[in-house]
Amino acid sequence: MENLMSIGINSVFVGNILLAYFLGMCSFLALSKNIKTATGLGVAVVFVLTITTPANWLIYRFLLAPGALAWAGLPATDLSFLKLVLFIAVIAAIVQALEMVIDRYSPALYSALGVFLPLITVNCAILGTSLFMVERDYVFPESIVFGFGSGAGWCLAIVAMAAIQQKLRYADIPEGLQGFGINMITTGLMAIGFMLFAGISL
Amino acid sequence: MEQTWTKPLAAIKRSKSYKAIAASLWEANPISKQILGICSALAVTVQLKTAIVMSLALTLVVAVSSFVISCIRNLIPRNIRIIVEISIIATLVIIADELLKAFMYDVSKQLSVFVGLIITNCIVLGRAEGYALANPPIPSFVDGLANGIGYGSILIGVAFIRELLGSGKLLGISVIPSAFYAAGYENMGLMVLAPGAFIVIGLFVWLQHTLIRK
Repeated sequence: MENLMSIGINSVFVGNILLAYFLGMCSFLALSKNIKTATGLGVAVVFVLTITTPANWLIYRFLLAPGALAWAGLPATDLSFLKLVLFIAVIAAIVQALEMVIDRYSPALYSALGVFLPLITVNCAILGTSLFMVERDYVFPESIVFGFGSGAGWCLAIVAMAAIQQKLRYADIPEGLQGFGINMITTGLMAIGFMLFAGISL
Repeated sequence: MEQTWTKPLAAIKRSKSYKAIAASLWEANPISKQILGICSALAVTVQLKTAIVMSLALTLVVAVSSFVISCIRNLIPRNIRIIVEISIIATLVIIADELLKAFMYDVSKQLSVFVGLIITNCIVLGRAEGYALANPPIPSFVDGLANGIGYGSILIGVAFIRELLGSGKLLGISVIPSAFYAAGYENMGLMVLAPGAFIVIGLFVWLQHTLIRK
């Protein structure tokens, strides 16, 4: 339990997928102009990550990892090189399926998340989390917590960024620095803030 | 004497490939102008070596994927084009990843998941969608190459600054003389950490935008 707690806290703050590993920057920069959109996208990312990370864990454990096909009588097979292709396919399929399910059962949620769902397939935070999960040898419950935590961390970062950008509208920024430049520097300062959590241990 | 020198140079300058590469190096740089593919640009720039390898891998993938997609552009049904493009890109990335693991194992360990993330790098899909689908194979190849070079130029620039200031080395060789350290010079720890990357890119872009306007 304690282990799960520390993975969760770590993936939200210290090892924040956006601020420490730079994943999901493109949508982060493109959609952090207002808080409402940022929240919508953030929630969608949490949702998708919590589902795709454990799903990819199962696929990796039972199909791809070295020796994973022992149940099919092929203990010497190692298909782990296929993980990139299979993971991205799983993510694309789950996002597509989710979109249809949400559309069918909750039109309100669909109108809130709908536009963001297709964008999420190409958000590198999603594929990155699955790849980190493999690299760090997490077990199944850990992969769920890690998926959720990474999503929550990303969501926190984009909402905070949107809030900062709204305040920055009234700031007098040098001409060449406007837009992309100042966004990067703001994100850098935010990353410094998040690094302070590294000193806290549970 | 002068004429023989300037003539071929002028001819090169007029060619389409030169224009494409020059544009993506400066005015239409994929990272600083089109804001694509930032994720990996930040993550692999702690050292110059990883940055160079990453740029090569990406350039290879963009150029070849644009070429292949452009070759079969008339056969891809419109509705499923994204999935077709992603499969082609993913296949090329796997090849690049396996090559790195086979011949440059240390670098491949340092790059960790970021080679795999070339798949979701917006530059690759962006060039496939925006250029290769509408143009013949050879120009698409050149366009991919140009964008890869533009991406690499920023990566190498940022990595140069971060490695030099952060650990006093270039390509793993110490370049700051030890007399400097004796006189009280210290490496800048911030450059090695994540925030350093954000801030260096921010300043880089500031410089570039200001120069372009003039």
